[in-house]
Amino acid sequence: MDDQESRIDEEFTALPLRELADAALAQARTLGAQHADFRAERTRNQQIRLSDGNLQRLYDGDDAGLAVRVIVDGTWGFASAVDLTPDAAAKAAREAVDVARVAAAMNTEPIELAPEPGYGDVTWVSSYDIDPLDVPSADKIALLAQWSRQLLGHDAVSHVDATLNQVRECKFYSDGATTATQQRVRIYPNLTAVAIDGDGRFDTMNTLAHPAGRGYEYLTGTGWDWDTELAELPGLLAAKLRAPSVTAGRYDLVIDPTNLWLTIHESIGHATELDRALGYEAAYAGTSFATLDKLSTLRYGSGVMHVTGDRVAEHGLATVGYDDEGVAGQSWDLIAGGVLTGYQLDRRMALLKGFGRSNGCAFADSAGHMPLQRMANVSLAPAADGPATDELIAGVDNGIYVVGDKSWSIDMQRYNFQFTGQRFFRIRNGKLDGQLRDVAYQATTTDFWNSMEAVGGPQTYVLGGAFNCGKGQPGQVAPVSHGCPSVLMRGVRILNTAQEGAA
Amino acid sequence: MSPQETVERALAAAEGGDCVVIAEEASTANLRWAGNTLTTNGVSQTRQLTVIAVDKRADGVRAGVVSRAGVRDDQIEDVVRAAAKAAADGTPAKDAGDLLGAGAADPGSWDEPSARTDITVLRDFAAALGDAMRAADGAGRKLYGFAEHELRSTFVGTSAGLRARHDQPTGRLELNAKSADMTRSAWAGASTRDFTDVDIAGMDAGLAERLGWAQRRVSLDAGRYETLLPPTAVADLLIYLYWSAGAKEAAEGRTVFSKPGGGTRVGDRLAALPVTLSSDPAAAGIGCAPFVIAHTSGEDTSVFDNGLPLTRTEWITDGTLAALASSRHSATLAGLPATPSIDNLTLTSGSDGGSPTLPQMIATTKRGLLLTCLWYIRAVDPQTLLLTGLTRDGVYLVENGEVTGAVNNFRFNESPVSMLGRLAEVGVTEPTLPREWGDYFTRAAMPPVRVEGFNMSSVSQAS
Repeated sequence: MDDQESRIDEEFTALPLRELADAALAQARTLGAQHADFRAERTRNQQIRLSDGNLQRLYDGDDAGLAVRVIVDGTWGFASAVDLTPDAAAKAAREAVDVARVAAAMNTEPIELAPEPGYGDVTWVSSYDIDPLDVPSADKIALLAQWSRQLLGHDAVSHVDATLNQVRECKFYSDGATTATQQRVRIYPNLTAVAIDGDGRFDTMNTLAHPAGRGYEYLTGTGWDWDTELAELPGLLAAKLRAPSVTAGRYDLVIDPTNLWLTIHESIGHATELDRALGYEAAYAGTSFATLDKLSTLRYGSGVMHVTGDRVAEHGLATVGYDDEGVAGQSWDLIAGGVLTGYQLDRRMALLKGFGRSNGCAFADSAGHMPLQRMANVSLAPAADGPATDELIAGVDNGIYVVGDKSWSIDMQRYNFQFTGQRFFRIRNGKLDGQLRDVAYQATTTDFWNSMEAVGGPQTYVLGGAFNCGKGQPGQVAPVSHGCPSVLMRGVRILNTAQEGAA
Repeated sequence: MSPQETVERALAAAEGGDCVVIAEEASTANLRWAGNTLTTNGVSQTRQLTVIAVDKRADGVRAGVVSRAGVRDDQIEDVVRAAAKAAADGTPAKDAGDLLGAGAADPGSWDEPSARTDITVLRDFAAALGDAMRAADGAGRKLYGFAEHELRSTFVGTSAGLRARHDQPTGRLELNAKSADMTRSAWAGASTRDFTDVDIAGMDAGLAERLGWAQRRVSLDAGRYETLLPPTAVADLLIYLYWSAGAKEAAEGRTVFSKPGGGTRVGDRLAALPVTLSSDPAAAGIGCAPFVIAHTSGEDTSVFDNGLPLTRTEWITDGTLAALASSRHSATLAGLPATPSIDNLTLTSGSDGGSPTLPQMIATTKRGLLLTCLWYIRAVDPQTLLLTGLTRDGVYLVENGEVTGAVNNFRFNESPVSMLGRLAEVGVTEPTLPREWGDYFTRAAMPPVRVEGFNMSSVSQAS
C-alpha cells in the first residue's frame, strides 16, 4: 500500500468495491447496456455551530451508497442503492436499465460519450495535513468557543455565531477501463459578529476566511491568519455600524478577491458551463448569454482578463484526480485576452459539440444522484508584475474598495447581477477614507468585465470559493474554488440598499 | 430489519440513557427533459438512522447527533455509541429539555411497512409528456422541465416512550415552454402527492397561450409598477419571510421582526388588508408532519422537541404579526408561546365576500405588470428584509383589462414585509408550487395579489 492509499478512509477501502462494480457492470452488460459505469461513495461530514460561545449543534453525518449509470439503446438510465452488497449493485443495474426503457418514450437524442483513455486501477488523495474528522470534537468546540468569547469581549459585539463544517468525501469509480479510488477533504470555518445600537439599528460582519480544500491545519495557522482577522473584526464592525449610508451613483471600484470570487463564480463560472449554453438547464438554473456560436468571438471583458478552468489547483474545492466519468483532471482556458475561448464539458457534450476529449467536469454530489457537468475551479489570472491592492486604490479618485462577499443574485442568462459585501471603504484621492453602509453593486456581465482596467499582481491573489453551489434537478450541491487578484473597475453602478427598500 | 425494529434496537442499545432515534426510509423517482428530449432520470432508495444521545451531568445536559445512511443491522449499536461519544465530547446545550414521552404525539400507523415509490409512478406521465413533446415540436415550441416523486416514512422514538410515524408524499412538476428561437419563455408548475392529478396537456396549452401573448414586445424601463403577482411568486416571497421569522434572532434584535429597544414585533400590524398567513399539518392537499422532526438543533429548532405535536399556527392574523417560529427553548427566550415551524404555508385574504381570481384581477387592471414567477431571490438587508431577485419566464403588460404584450425582465429589490403593507388586492387562494424554493418547500397555497409600486430596480436582458 502506498502513502496515498493509506490515507483513505479504511472503512471505505475495506468495502468489496471491485466486487460491487463487477456485479453491476456484468448485470448491465447482460441486459444489453451499451455503456455502464459504477460508483460507490461515502461522505462523512461534521457540522459544529455555536451561538454566543455555547454549543448549539454537533452533528455527524455519514452518507454512503452505490450508483449505476447505463446507456441502453441511446437512452440514459440511472439507479442508486444504499446497501453496499453485490446483490444490491446488480439490482441497481437492473433498475437503471428499467428506467432507461421507461424514459425512452421521451428521448429523441441518442447518448454517446467522448473517448477517454483507460487509466487502470488508480488512487488520488487531495492535499491536506490533518483530517479534521480525526480531530476530537471537544478540541474544535473549544477553539470556536475561545474565538467567540474573544469577539464578544468587545463592547460593540452583541452576538457571535460560529460554524465549522468539515467533509471527507470518498469516491470509487469504475467503467471497466478506469477504476479510481479517491478521497477529498475540505473545511469551512466562519464567524459572524452582530452589533446592535440603541436605536434598533444592527449590522453584521463575517470573517473572510473562505472554505478550502485543506485540513484542520487551516484553523491553526496554515493558509489563513486568524489572529489578525479576529483582532480587527470588532473594530471594523463598530465602524461599519456608525458609517454613513452610500450615495447611489457610479463609482470606480477596487474589488478584493474575498468579494470578487463570487462575482467570477456567478458571471463567468456558470456562464461558461456548456450544458447551460446548450439549454439543458433552461427550466431551472438557466441558460447562458455566452452561447456556442460566440466561441472565439465574444468580447467578454477587457484585454487584461484571462480566466482558466481547472480541476488540478492545490487546495481547490473542485480539484480531483479523475472526474465522475473517469476523465483525468486538467486545466484549460475559458477566456483569453478578454475573448471567450472555452467551456466546461462532460463526455457527452464534448462529443456532441465536437470538442474531442472532455475536460473533466462531471460530478455527482452523492451516490443518489446522476453526474452532471459541474463547475471546475474557475479563476482569474493575476498580472505577472501587477500592482498591489494599495497601488490599485492609489489610482482611484472617487471610488469604493469592496471586501468580503455577502448577498448575490444574477439572472437566468447571467446578464444582470447584484452583489453586496462585508466591508465597503470609501476611496478619495487614492486613499481609504472610512467605511460606507447600504452598498450594492449592480451591472451587466460584459459591461462589468469590460470596465476592468487593471488586475493586481500575484501578491494579491486569493483562492476563494463555496461549499454549496447548487445546480440541477434533483438539486445537487458541489464545492468549487475561484482564485483571483484584486482588480480595478471603472464606473460601476452603486445602489443604496436602504433607498431600494424604502416603500 | 424494519425501521420500527431499528428504533427499538437503537433505544435498547442506549441502555437506559436518554436518547432520541429517528429512522427514515425514502424512495424517489425523477425524469428531466430539455429541448423536447429526456436529459437525466433516476430512482433511488435511502435509509437513514439518526441517533441523538443525551448526556446529563451536574454542569448541564449535552446532546450529540450521529446520522448515518445505509446502516446495517450489525452497525446500529455503533451509531448509538458514536452519538454517546459525541454528546460526551460536547458542552452543555442551552436548549436542553425533557424528551417527549408516550402519548405526546399520535403514533400514526406505526406498525405498517414504509411507503415506497418507484419509476412506475411516472409511467403514464412519461407517455403523456412524450405526446406533449411531439405536439410541441410540431408547433415550434420546446419543452423543458422536471418531474419528481418522493415517499418518505419517518419513525421517531424516544427513551421516554414516544413513538410517532409520518409518511410524506412529495411530488412536483415544472414545465417550461420556449419559442424555437429561445426568445420567448413561459412556465407552469404543480405540486402533487401522486401524479394522478397532473394535466400535462392542459399545462402545455396554457403555456402556448402565454408564448402567444409574448409575440408583441414592449420595452419598459426600471421603476415602480402596479404589479399582479401570481400565487407562485407570492409563495416565494412569503416563504422567505417565514424562514426569516424566527423568535430567537428577533428577540436578540437581529431581524426585521425585532422591536427597536428590545422584544419582538408580535402584535404589530404589517398589512392594511386582513390577510392571514398560517401553517397547518392538516391543510387539505398540502398536509405535512403533525409533530416536530428535528435532526439537529438550530436557532429555532431543538432536537429535544422531537415528537412535539404541531397544530395550525397563524403567523399573521388579519394583517397583524401573531407568532414567530420557535423551539420550546427559543420561545422562552423571546417570551412567546412555543410555535415550531411547520412544513407548509398558506395565505388567505380574509375577505368575506369571495375573492377574485387572477383573470378577474387582470380584467380590473387599468395599467400594470403581470408576472409569471420570480427567480434567484436573495436577502440584501436583514434590517428591512430587503430581497433582490429576477422576474422570469414572462412579464406581461396589462392595459385596460387585457394582456397587451410581453415586457422585458427586471431585477427587483423588494421586502415582503414592506410589500404586505402595500397590498391593494388579494385574490382567491389556490395550491401552488413555489418556483424558487421548490427544492426545499413544495407545500403552499397562495392567492394572487396586487401590489402598489413594486420596485423593479433595473432591466435584465435575460429572455
